[in-house]
Amino acid sequence: MAETGFLKSAVRSRNLMLGLALTSVFAIAALVSLIWTPYDVTVLDIASKLKSPSAEHLFGTDHFGRDTFSMVMVGAQTSIAVAFIAVGIGIGLGVPLGLAAAANRGGWLDEVIMRGNDLVFAFPSLLIAIMITAVFGPSAVNAIIAIGIFNIPVFARLSRGAALPLWTREFILSARVAGKGATRISAEHILPNITNLLIVQGTIQFSLGILAEAGLSYVGLGAQPPTPSWGRMLAESQTLISIAPHLALFPGFAILLTVLGLNLAGDGLRDLLDPRIRRTGR
Amino acid sequence: MSLLSIQDLSLSIHGTPILDRVSIDIEPGEVCGVIGESGSGKSLTAFSVMQLLPDGAVCSGAIRLAGTDILQADEQALCNMRGKTVGMVFQEPMTALNPVQTIGQQVAETIRIHRKTSRAEAMALAAESLARCELPQDRFPLSRYPHELSGGQRQRVVIAMAIALRPKLLIADEPTTALDVTTQAEILSLLKQLVTEDGMGLMLITHDLAVVTDIADHIVIMKTGEVVERGRAETLHREMQHPYTKALFEASTHQPETAGQIEDTVLLSVKNVVRDYTGARTSLFAKPTPFRAVNDVSFNLHKGECLGLVGESGCGKSTLTRAILGLDDIQGGSIKLNGLDVHADESARQQMQVVFQDPYGSFNPRHKVGRLVSEPFFRLGRQATDDEIADSLISVGLKATDQDKYIHEFSGGQRQRIAIARALIIKPDLIILDEAVSALDVSIRAQILDLLAELSSERGLTYLFITHDLTVVKAIADRVLVMQGGQIIEQGETETVFSAPQQDYTKKLIAAAPELPSLEGVSA
Amino acid sequence: MLPYLIKRLGSLIVSLLVASLVIFACIEVVPGDPASFMLGINAQPDTVDALREELGLNQTIAQRYMSWITGLLTGDMGTSYTYRSPVSDIVADRLQVSLPLALYALALTVLVAFPVGVLAAARRGSATDLSVMGVTQLGIAVPNFWFAILMVIVFAINLGWFSAGGFPGWDAGFFAGLKALTLPAVALALPQASILARVMRSSLLDTLSEDYIRSARAKGLTKRQVMWRHALRNAMIPVLTIIGLQFSFLLAGAIIIENVFFLPGLGRLVFQAITQRDLIVVESVVMLLVFAVILVNFLVDLAYAWVDPRLRARS
Repeated sequence: MAETGFLKSAVRSRNLMLGLALTSVFAIAALVSLIWTPYDVTVLDIASKLKSPSAEHLFGTDHFGRDTFSMVMVGAQTSIAVAFIAVGIGIGLGVPLGLAAAANRGGWLDEVIMRGNDLVFAFPSLLIAIMITAVFGPSAVNAIIAIGIFNIPVFARLSRGAALPLWTREFILSARVAGKGATRISAEHILPNITNLLIVQGTIQFSLGILAEAGLSYVGLGAQPPTPSWGRMLAESQTLISIAPHLALFPGFAILLTVLGLNLAGDGLRDLLDPRIRRTGR
Repeated sequence: MSLLSIQDLSLSIHGTPILDRVSIDIEPGEVCGVIGESGSGKSLTAFSVMQLLPDGAVCSGAIRLAGTDILQADEQALCNMRGKTVGMVFQEPMTALNPVQTIGQQVAETIRIHRKTSRAEAMALAAESLARCELPQDRFPLSRYPHELSGGQRQRVVIAMAIALRPKLLIADEPTTALDVTTQAEILSLLKQLVTEDGMGLMLITHDLAVVTDIADHIVIMKTGEVVERGRAETLHREMQHPYTKALFEASTHQPETAGQIEDTVLLSVKNVVRDYTGARTSLFAKPTPFRAVNDVSFNLHKGECLGLVGESGCGKSTLTRAILGLDDIQGGSIKLNGLDVHADESARQQMQVVFQDPYGSFNPRHKVGRLVSEPFFRLGRQATDDEIADSLISVGLKATDQDKYIHEFSGGQRQRIAIARALIIKPDLIILDEAVSALDVSIRAQILDLLAELSSERGLTYLFITHDLTVVKAIADRVLVMQGGQIIEQGETETVFSAPQQDYTKKLIAAAPELPSLEGVSA
Repeated sequence: MLPYLIKRLGSLIVSLLVASLVIFACIEVVPGDPASFMLGINAQPDTVDALREELGLNQTIAQRYMSWITGLLTGDMGTSYTYRSPVSDIVADRLQVSLPLALYALALTVLVAFPVGVLAAARRGSATDLSVMGVTQLGIAVPNFWFAILMVIVFAINLGWFSAGGFPGWDAGFFAGLKALTLPAVALALPQASILARVMRSSLLDTLSEDYIRSARAKGLTKRQVMWRHALRNAMIPVLTIIGLQFSFLLAGAIIIENVFFLPGLGRLVFQAITQRDLIVVESVVMLLVFAVILVNFLVDLAYAWVDPRLRARS
């Protein structure tokens, strides 16, 4: 009953459907590119370099004669993988920290976790990436770590903030009367009640991660050649903008549409899952 | 001609009908009590008069205030009317004031919106209005912010805002529901006094019949968007016709059958219990000053007894409850259940359960009822059997099949039954009822009290009934403890305490508690 | 007010100390021997020794940290290995581009976001509101460096209104400098203004549903009066938080945008320093940027107290 009602309103949500459609296009492109692309992106074909978009090369070719369409497909892999793992790091470390802080509200652990959060917030992910790169050199892994570290306080703060009001609810008191400890209560009663929020924030951080990865690759701190990535394609296009502007257009649109898709899906999910909006009048 | 005349007011919101041909008249200087349970449409009737309705609201009929038809007036005319001809007081004083403005600014704003006065003049008038509401300038200067005041004081500021321009009509929407009983009595007498001084009409909206019987001239009773009964306050209980009104009166004065056998054995013994909180630090280096929430409290609870613990908010009764449940440590004394220390002995805590106030907050919305009611088994280290779950649900008047439903499929009263089922399932000796019926509508409350009485006599249960509501204690408790400032200041048989209270505070509490006229001698 | 101020100031200092420890550890301790790291594997042993001497690497870690900190406090950030000039001079030079750029972008962000957010909230559900929501949704999704490239294609290459990059220096005149920073500032401001406008809108809508707004309406205030007198100031509390956070995003974003427009700011400096393995420069610039973020958040905390009397009272 409740499940089908949920699906119905999900289908009716235009934001969610459009967002999911856009996101799936790129997710599918990334998956397909694992086994097939129109052209091999590792083969250079200088003879057909810098071609404008045509039936043969939908998005044209770059200065090495590589097919831009295929490059964008493969680039989706990098973006999605980096952002996805970074969100995983954020949730995997941030949520337990936030829940622990909430369970210890007002105590020293809470204080330490929250001050630690504030500290990480003072390092935008780009600064973390700069420090890592300065010492270890640039790589996609470093991009993941930099974005992932920045995600930790985001999820820690969110889950602490959402857990705090739950801790004062009477069903938590009931669980304590039943003899359940803080860890068990956090897992059994708190976590299931904040999952909605985490999903919504997860999509938002996912989209921010894709933007951040693109930015890091653009300045050369992300994935290194020959791994194709949207950000670096843009960086390489920049010297050629006057003769081949199409090189700057397609990877940019790929980023824009993926991020837009995730944000729309996030908004749609929030409207769908937020009890404040779903609640009907008194 | 009436001051306020509502005629055949119907209201729908986004097409859902809310009010159905409501008619109410209020004369100048008259107090009209509008009574109904939640969902009766009483508040929306008031908001219709103010024309402060939610989006999508459509009114039909007529509302005449001092000769003007409000439903025909344009927004500018309505703005001129609000605050000047009609003032309004709301239920929740904690949120009704703007937190970033001083109380002086907020009261003066009513004046400056409607009159061309200088800032200083408006402030002087604001001071006067606050003083009329018993917030004198020497103790409550205009420069105070809302967060520096208590709930009752904030409600006085809201009233001062509403009456600053001496409006012809004052609407008070559940003005005392969020307040303690003694504060409630003070606010009600303030309202009454203002009505007399200014010759205002007062529309007093409440769910609590007893609140209005003392001060209202007329009473209107509403149910599901309709007026079902109206009459003069002093005669209504004799002349009422509608079955709903009768049920309301009966439920309010309901006395459940108590036939439980009280034994001599002491089940719960609380001895010299002290509970300190680490207070706020006054500065970074100062030692935090501890706050003593429970101070040297002792009492015994006998097997089969129902003991009422009464006190106003902040008196320490919730802290004491948590200490008895073993949730918080105590700093002195001992709490023993069946001779076992609840803080040292795990098995002591298996013998008591608790039912909380909020039927909506007491359950994890993501679990099914079966899992919810079997939670106490965690301490016993085993799962509940299907039979045990079914038994507990059936014993509170629900069906065994209800265990596969989610909690949002139940009403408030049913949820409270589920909460009782959860408390019963491990067959405890003691059940602590922490404001367990306070959030319920009066008719549902009567049913739950009956259920509790029935369970007690069937199973020989012992109750510790914690509440701020004296009528409930009077109805169900064998013995009563009165708590104030962390201490028990009076205790005794319920009858004795209510008929001959010894302490001033107890006297004040009992005097402040609104009471209904007795129904005895009235033919049903 | 004073206890609040002291507490905030205390946490500002603690944050700075911990941040400096983290940066120091990352840059000077993790790589092992910074001198051989900076010079690469082909360096002559005596060159490495000379650099070790110069960097003071023969001292203990604690001594090195202390001298770095005392240096920072006295404005001495050491000498850049590649530029062979004091880091503080280079940084001061680059700040003349980076600071005006960040402030320009912040000003644009606030000036656009406030009116747009208020307008959308006031006309909730209208065509205005829907288009604001649509445009800001796009604005958030656009990668700002790509938007910058597109602006270069349109406004510099096709229309020729702006130059494609570079900075003439403030000596060339205030407006010439401002003009060179305009495209970068717009690129930086677009996503931030979109976010801030949405936050402004939703915060106003939340505030407008509060009980005290209803109280104010019951006094006879019009919707417009309620918006200006009661809603705006209360709605500012979450908006201030976002502005504080945005400043750090603006700083980080500026590092990338400076690269798009070849602006000689701190961002370019950091990248050059990374490629040249000039750890002394990286360390000091990162510390400076972190200091800026922490300082801005401190100022935001002060602004809270100005807006919210409840915070002033709480010690």
